[in-house]
Amino acid sequence: MSAFPPPPDPTLEPVVEAPLPVPVARASGRPSRRAQIEEAVLPPLVALLLAAVVGDLLILSFGQSPGAVYRLLLDGTWGNAYGFGQVLYKATTLVFTGLAVALGLRAGLFNIGAESQLAAGGFCAALVGLVLPPGIPALFVLPVYILAAALGGGAVGAVPGVLKARFGAHEVIVTIMLNFIVLALLNYLTSTRLHVPDTLHTAEIRSGQLPRLSDMSSAFQGSAANAAILLAILAMIGLWWFLFRTRRGFELRAVGLQPHAAEYGGIDVGGVTWRALALSGAIAGLGGLNYVLGYKHYYEEGFATGAGFLGIAVALVGRSHPIGIGLAALLFATLSQGGLAVNALVPKQMVDVLQAVVILAVATSVPEVRRLLRMRRGGGGDR
Amino acid sequence: MSATSPSPVAPAIRLRDIVKSFGPVQANRGAELEVAHGEIHALVGENGAGKSTLMRVLAGMYAPDSGLMAVEGRDVTGWSTADAIAAGVGMVHQHFMLVPTLTVAENVVLGSELTRGPVLDRAAAEEAVRKLSVETGLAVPPAAKVADLTVGQAQRVEILKTLYRGAKILILDEPTAVLSPPEVRELWGVLRSLKQSGSTVVLITHKLDEVIEVSETITVMRAGKTVARMATAGTTPQAIARAMVGRDVALALDAEYTGTPMPELGAVSALLEVRDLAVAGANGQPVVKSATFSIAPGEILGIAGVEGNGQTELIEAIAGLRQYTGSIALASRDLATLNVRARGDAGLSHIPEDRHDRALILDYTVAENLILGQQHRFTRGAALDTPRMLEHARELISRYDIRPDNPALAARALSGGNQQKIVVAREMARDFKVLLAAQPTRGVDVGAIEFIHARLREARDQGKAVLLVSADLAEVLALSDRVAVMYGGRIVAMLPRASATPETLGPYMTGAERAA
Repeated sequence: MSAFPPPPDPTLEPVVEAPLPVPVARASGRPSRRAQIEEAVLPPLVALLLAAVVGDLLILSFGQSPGAVYRLLLDGTWGNAYGFGQVLYKATTLVFTGLAVALGLRAGLFNIGAESQLAAGGFCAALVGLVLPPGIPALFVLPVYILAAALGGGAVGAVPGVLKARFGAHEVIVTIMLNFIVLALLNYLTSTRLHVPDTLHTAEIRSGQLPRLSDMSSAFQGSAANAAILLAILAMIGLWWFLFRTRRGFELRAVGLQPHAAEYGGIDVGGVTWRALALSGAIAGLGGLNYVLGYKHYYEEGFATGAGFLGIAVALVGRSHPIGIGLAALLFATLSQGGLAVNALVPKQMVDVLQAVVILAVATSVPEVRRLLRMRRGGGGDR
Repeated sequence: MSATSPSPVAPAIRLRDIVKSFGPVQANRGAELEVAHGEIHALVGENGAGKSTLMRVLAGMYAPDSGLMAVEGRDVTGWSTADAIAAGVGMVHQHFMLVPTLTVAENVVLGSELTRGPVLDRAAAEEAVRKLSVETGLAVPPAAKVADLTVGQAQRVEILKTLYRGAKILILDEPTAVLSPPEVRELWGVLRSLKQSGSTVVLITHKLDEVIEVSETITVMRAGKTVARMATAGTTPQAIARAMVGRDVALALDAEYTGTPMPELGAVSALLEVRDLAVAGANGQPVVKSATFSIAPGEILGIAGVEGNGQTELIEAIAGLRQYTGSIALASRDLATLNVRARGDAGLSHIPEDRHDRALILDYTVAENLILGQQHRFTRGAALDTPRMLEHARELISRYDIRPDNPALAARALSGGNQQKIVVAREMARDFKVLLAAQPTRGVDVGAIEFIHARLREARDQGKAVLLVSADLAEVLALSDRVAVMYGGRIVAMLPRASATPETLGPYMTGAERAA
């Protein structure tokens, strides 16, 4: 660097008359529709790409060709009606648990209890099914089943909610502990009182079984996919409407974003807390219908083991938005079903690892990609 | 790199054409600063003008994207904080960077500790601090814990710490924000004596009375650029304000108090009556102690006082955000059993002091923020009545000149002044009898201050009762019909506007005197 340039005119007079300052905010206002979509779609895509690269390395480390493994994975899932039906079946449960976790996250709460709430919902639905007389069409008894499943899951969810609102007990601890307690209790009840001898499940329910996809097309023969898919779609729409269109949703998200501001805005933060966790549990509980009404028609120990925990990943990858959760549920269901398909080439567990990689990739790359997008567009930021 | 040799005529600081961006935001875009040896130089500008950024560049905390920096004639462009400290440039930050559990002496020597073997030589540290304290006139008790100091004392420790490291060029970022008037006067004394002993001082501020009182030269920044440089002796507050904002503004500090003094209380029934109010702080100790006062319709009661003397808790208790004992009545109705929402419905409006934590949900849109607290009035069945929300937003945006005028924009994207306008618009637009206004113009630019003050006066003129809390004494004096002072959780003085001046209020604000 050369010598310092000469100083400005040293007279003590105003040196410049600058124009009015530009407004701090982007004058153009709301980011364009295109920018919004970019921001919603690009980051998860980048994350998936990243996960795929890691997946390639994993597959190569087993001495297989990534192309062959992925082809096999797709063939075994979206490539045939049975595989696709299984993906839909698994995705249905994941939509419910994903929505449940997402609702909690929107209220600033981390519900780790979807696992036991799902089981409690299925259990209560099965109990109702055992006492209902046989042969009533599904449409008539469905509301009763929905109520039972929602109450079962909701009751399990309300416990951490009330403990948090009343005593400040952290919901993560309480929901984790309740998972053990509730699952053990359900297993006890099933294996001592309700089981069919020599099995771990209850007797079959006698009415309200949901139609399967295979009833409509024989191509789906053997797959568990059933009309609970429609319930999942309704739940997605319903939760979207609740979160973004109702006053209660407005208040719930306010509590999640800024509890102090919510309190200032006359919102009963404790009330929102326990209601959010109860509702979250209820949604998870509805997931039990997929198995009990749609697939096996009884409650069985561990009928959806892991689906509650995978719901956390679905909610995170789906960015706590109903549409995102639908897509993320399909993704995780595909991986989980695909694990069986690729078993011939690589260990099935490799797909579990891949699921974990997806979660890590989303957690690390999504905020970064969004930041880059915003920078490139020249949007806000901190001074 | 060939630095020019230091010469006695080189200015202490010369910054040329400094550009510094954070992501898409250009905090500095061609900023200039030239400070002569041994002068007290004021760097003024509105919030967000880029003053602090420029000084952090000078102190080595940020490297400039482009531009040139010279200290004592030496090219120091892009140096580090360590370089800056070694060259005698020290910055005293707006937010104290002290360890509360350590003593004054330990804090001062932190980072350059005097040791005897592996142990800290506490006695030597205290002696060094005592000596420096005497030399500079910065009186502090070296052995006291920083947690036990007053804010004014803590600030002196900050300055001592900087001087202890050998600073000859001292940068002070908004040093008076937390001080009472007598403490401010003491600070000026210290700065002048530092100047006598050959130090150079750069004072960042947006308070024009301070600039006039203590500085010799003024540099004005606006929107990241230097727009004016002038000698203090030849200028006026109006001229400085014009340079800061780019247009003429009414200044709070010389705004005439325009209210009519209230009739004797008792002649009209008070809209807000607070009796024996006591509020406990986070660890159970009392933070508001037996506060009793009332506000009549058409009256602004201003509460002056150094921050942290119970004002926040007083306001939040009235708003229903904190437990309290004693009674609060709004238009003769006891509020004890009413929650926040019910208090709002009963006619209580509240501009909270913390815009980003309480008053706004930054990720919500302008339209959504404009109904916060009244969301139960904007419903159609279970759903929010979106068309009515938008209509409400459009009306308030135009009436309160909120920019940009887009109701769907997230509040986060607006400038501080416009965010505050959202809060003011929302709270003034609801049907209210009593308005709690806590620091209503904090961190807001001069133009918006003028606007918000006009709205508060308007509320008063419509017969509302206004409780104003402000750390800015000039603001309290410009708006209030009566002035109370809070110190140590108590209301220690209640003066009619006519007898309230910085001189009469000062002793109460420091706790030197109490009446009431």
